[in-house]
Amino acid sequence: MAERASPLIVGAGPAGIRAAITLAAAGLRPSVIDEAHACGGQIYRQPLALDGRDDRARYGSDAAKASRLHRDFAALGTGVDYRPRSLLWNLGDGVADVLRDGVSQRLSYDGLILATGATDRVLPIPGWTLPGVFTLGGAQVALKAQGCAIGRRVVFAGSGPLLYLVAWQYVKAGVDVAAVLDSAPLSAKFNLLRALPLAPGIVLRGLRMAAELALRGTRVQLGVSGLRIEGEGRVARIVYRSASCEHAIACDGVGYGLNLRSETQAADLAGCAFRFDPRDRAHLPVRDVSGRSNVAGVYLAGDGAGIAGADAAEAAGERAALALLEDRGLPHDPPRADVLERALATIDRLRDALEAAFPFPSHWAAGLADDALLCRCEDISAGEARRAIGDFALTEMNRLKAVTRIGMGRCQGRMCGAAAAELLAAQTRREVGAVGRLRAQAPIKPIPLAAGLSVDERQHDPAH
Amino acid sequence: MPLLHRIVRTDSPVICFTIDGAPCEGRAGDTVLTAVLCHGDRLRHSEFSGAPRAGFCQMGACQDCWVQLEGGERLRACTTELTEGMQIVTQRGRSHG
Repeated sequence: MAERASPLIVGAGPAGIRAAITLAAAGLRPSVIDEAHACGGQIYRQPLALDGRDDRARYGSDAAKASRLHRDFAALGTGVDYRPRSLLWNLGDGVADVLRDGVSQRLSYDGLILATGATDRVLPIPGWTLPGVFTLGGAQVALKAQGCAIGRRVVFAGSGPLLYLVAWQYVKAGVDVAAVLDSAPLSAKFNLLRALPLAPGIVLRGLRMAAELALRGTRVQLGVSGLRIEGEGRVARIVYRSASCEHAIACDGVGYGLNLRSETQAADLAGCAFRFDPRDRAHLPVRDVSGRSNVAGVYLAGDGAGIAGADAAEAAGERAALALLEDRGLPHDPPRADVLERALATIDRLRDALEAAFPFPSHWAAGLADDALLCRCEDISAGEARRAIGDFALTEMNRLKAVTRIGMGRCQGRMCGAAAAELLAAQTRREVGAVGRLRAQAPIKPIPLAAGLSVDERQHDPAH
Repeated sequence: MPLLHRIVRTDSPVICFTIDGAPCEGRAGDTVLTAVLCHGDRLRHSEFSGAPRAGFCQMGACQDCWVQLEGGERLRACTTELTEGMQIVTQRGRSHG
């Protein structure tokens, strides 16, 4: 019998790590490709060099989880074909094009687990391209991985659990956090009571952070709208509306984001079917409770297939790996699969409650000024998008892209796609799920032209 | 005026590089983004409006931190480690892609 190729895992965050450990324990030697220099994903990202901080200082109350994942993955050693600093840019039927150190290699695989993670969901506001404005995740990366603050006096704005977590981490690091501006009203926060019995530790930790922020002098303002950031060449202040009054806060750094959005481009190239998910307000690759997609041999795990957080990602990564083992005719531990599925179901109910506590700001699309940039890659304003939607009677995202270039820039819609869909839906009076989704195109991230032209055809090299 | 402020790694080994020809010092473990923004407040300028940009997501997604080296090579500042002798170009008109 010809030897089957190894499975491929895309992403070395909590989902990818647990998947790799599970496959390796069953005797397979998966390839793991990841853009970062070290494993951990965004939440448990490791610094480029030792900086004197231990895991407790870096990851706070998540330190034990971070340490365990890093340690367990390192312990795999040569039991896994780990390829850090590697960018997946194209994916086909059993082959992946991966760029590393300027050279593209083609990898064959048999079985694919996509653990591609998430980035901040961003809804553009005036001034969001000014130097000094970063996503909440970006502000967190600066602090955790690089040991830098994004300003001397910082404001965090948007919504979602990350809003309070990052603000609290900055305060703990000694940075002056002038304000936390949450678009969710106080009434939404009562949904945290629903979340409490599902995850008391998480909810109480969040409430404690909000209380500590207020006690230390950070203004915590709920129900804000009309956000805009002003400054000449860099951030100087953030302006918001609250109780129909406009307020301005002087600051030199802003962290901004509204929950997270899944990185789904690889699933798209792999041929996965997509379905609109009302909770995430996004089209997501379809998966069953085991993580199987509609494509045989392709599995989905973690935030890349729907936002559920790092604990869910660990469980889903392991569960997807068990599904792969089962489909490959290997021993696969059904009782363990049941335990994982039950854990994932609980987290799913928690997500419902959290989403209600940090709801999508439904007024955003109507309130966005015409002169605000919608697409930061190509400098396309909300007004230009609105005119195109009207002039060309557009009702679908890929048509909007063709006419305006929104979603065609370097980020390929990662930053503007969700917002453009909301704008299109609002203007055409449709549900956001009814305006379609941007189709992914290879290369799914920019690569040097030379790399794409000189694909190294070497097959899977176990000695690599 | 810098955009980023170091909290740790203030005494890590120095890495020398240049921004638009001016000699600068970074620290071992810096990304290019960190090294540049600890000195100034921009990485590049929009090809369309000319407005300054200084990255956004810091995790390789937004693509708003591409800078050019004197030799013409382009790189994504937030995912590239600073190395000795890098000659980074942030000025307008030099980084058209």
